[in-house]
Amino acid sequence: MEYFIQQLVNGITLGSIYGLIAIGYTMVYGIIGMINFAHGDIFMIGAFVALISFIIFGLTGVALPIILLLVLLIAMLFTACYGWTVEKLAYKPLRGSFRLAPLISALGMSIVLQNYVQVAQGARVKPMQPLISGGLEFFKNSEFIVTVSYLQIFIVILTIILMGIFTYLITKTDLGRAQRACEQDRTMTALLGINVDRTISITFIIGSSLASVAGMMFVLYYGVIDFYIGFLAGIKAFTAAVLGGIGSLPGAMLGGLLIGLIETFWAGYVSLEYKDVAAFSVLIVVLIFFPTGFLGKPDIEKV
Amino acid sequence: MEKKDIIQSFKDSLFTGLIALALFGPIVGLRTASKGEGLFITPQWGVVFLLVGLCILGRFLINLNSARKTEITFFSKFTSKFSAITEDKAKHFAITAILFAVVFPFLPFTDRYFMDVAIMILTYIMLGWGLNIVVGLAGLLDLGYVAFYAVGAYSYALIATTFGWSFWICLPLAGVFAAFFGILLGFPVLRLRGDYLAIVTLGFGEIIRIILINWYEVTNGPDGITGIPRPSFFGLPFKRSPDEGETSFHLFFNLEYSTMHRIIFLYYLILVLALITNYFTLKIRKLPVGRAWEALREDEIACKSLGVNPTNTKLTAFAIGAMFGGFAGSFFATRQAFISPESFTFIESAIIVAIVVLGGMGSQTGVVLASIFLIGITEMFRDLEQYRMIAFGGAMVLIMVFKPKGILANRKPTILMHGDKK
Repeated sequence: MEYFIQQLVNGITLGSIYGLIAIGYTMVYGIIGMINFAHGDIFMIGAFVALISFIIFGLTGVALPIILLLVLLIAMLFTACYGWTVEKLAYKPLRGSFRLAPLISALGMSIVLQNYVQVAQGARVKPMQPLISGGLEFFKNSEFIVTVSYLQIFIVILTIILMGIFTYLITKTDLGRAQRACEQDRTMTALLGINVDRTISITFIIGSSLASVAGMMFVLYYGVIDFYIGFLAGIKAFTAAVLGGIGSLPGAMLGGLLIGLIETFWAGYVSLEYKDVAAFSVLIVVLIFFPTGFLGKPDIEKV
Repeated sequence: MEKKDIIQSFKDSLFTGLIALALFGPIVGLRTASKGEGLFITPQWGVVFLLVGLCILGRFLINLNSARKTEITFFSKFTSKFSAITEDKAKHFAITAILFAVVFPFLPFTDRYFMDVAIMILTYIMLGWGLNIVVGLAGLLDLGYVAFYAVGAYSYALIATTFGWSFWICLPLAGVFAAFFGILLGFPVLRLRGDYLAIVTLGFGEIIRIILINWYEVTNGPDGITGIPRPSFFGLPFKRSPDEGETSFHLFFNLEYSTMHRIIFLYYLILVLALITNYFTLKIRKLPVGRAWEALREDEIACKSLGVNPTNTKLTAFAIGAMFGGFAGSFFATRQAFISPESFTFIESAIIVAIVVLGGMGSQTGVVLASIFLIGITEMFRDLEQYRMIAFGGAMVLIMVFKPKGILANRKPTILMHGDKK
């Protein structure tokens, strides 16, 4: 039982990270109907920017909460630039092209970003000293002590705060309204005086910022990154987006949590070596049996 | 051009520079390096300023040019002229290319290195042609094609090392296994739409690789399989000193022993395998099933209403594509005599997809040109390994942006209703 609770805590933490990445996939899919294959690499870039800023601020000796806040903002800002540029260079010229063109372009962009970071930062793994240590211990009398580290609490709380801000942004502001309108009908939205291109750009900026926060959490949680982390994390987050119903924002978060839990429990109870197979199998099973996911809308093909 | 425009484009260029600074500043400018316990930062501002400067200059020049748009039209004019030439003279081109390929090993400048590169290019051409059936003809984007390549290679290696059967028995078996895997994967997933299918095939490719790494008892894990038998020339092995009771190739033909014999034999082997793939594709395109593939690619709903079963039709394309991948895989295994999961990563799938897409989906000649271009360039810049992958990905994006249908966009219907009106 204690072991189960421990896995549950770990799974929720991991799920928060996946959920934040998944939002980027689901938003882009909702608005322009493409799988942004390079999104996982945007997450990786976010992790690198966070790592670099952690090292710089670590030298200055500022208090920890201020460092965390600054790194968060810096990572969001710089990573958003990447998201924006990728959209401008690789996806915008392809609107209205045949269906697979943006996907192939995204694939190319993903290869470019990965190798660019490999060249610029080196191929070796980058370790980082843990910044937030310690935690709460439960069930001290039993055989297995459940530890909830402060870092896990930080990750979950930060995710909840961001989700709150994000939900407000989408449901209550003009920007969110424009975005939801673009999702339904881009031509009509343009006729009503909304700048569609700008709205799409902002979608990419928001998605990239959230991915960069996930990147920062990844650096803190695992303490080691390399240029290749975006591939697996991207696939898993995409699975999460599909599981929750692609195009649905609460679905992305729910899917993220589920994928995090499935992966942790699989690694804890079944087999550690095959934990990535679990995520891929879930993806295949979900796509076959519930192609619309849990909270997605059915997709009707029209002539 | 008016003064206002120049000022405008200058401002625009400065904005580009600002964005470039934000992009390159942290990632390029602050290089992290491990020293002892922790990570330290080595600034590289020189490179950043160079890159930012290039971006500003590039943007400014593009702005100046954008009124005329000369470059883009020049590019597309050139490629469309090129594809027109290759299309008109397709037969001559093909015959010349095949003749050249046949005499290539005996040309005076051909050495061991050239032969190795040629074998590699031909392997990719064969893989490209195999995948072209799936992507180009049936229009199914398969990002996990390397899985079938791996299945072919491993089934060849396992059968040959366990039972000691000869290459000519193992080759068809490897193809059958790969086709079987194609059906196994294809059956449930082929109902999915294009981009979902792409991701699922990618996942399948990764699953196969993870299984190959972890299933120690059978695949020997990350260490791979060694000592895979080399192919023999219809029973005559390529050995300096043959075993008791065996005649080796050079003794039988009374030649002096040379390692080149084996290489030349491998070269012809893959050439023949690739040409069989090509011949098969060209023929099956004209059969009802081939036409159904192309029809499905163009319009699935129309096909359904005309009574074509999309899942079964796609399944045949998938299985046949997988089978050729399996053949190529067993060739790879016998050439290397060693295989490990490392040879079957996602990037291999991406390279094969890139070959098909850059060549122009559905164009057989395009695959040849793209393979020579991509693999040849890769070989020339061996030392700049990482930069070449950036260029590679960049080329994929650029081709999609400027020429979404590939260098040789060959989407001419195979059959027309009232004959070929030209």
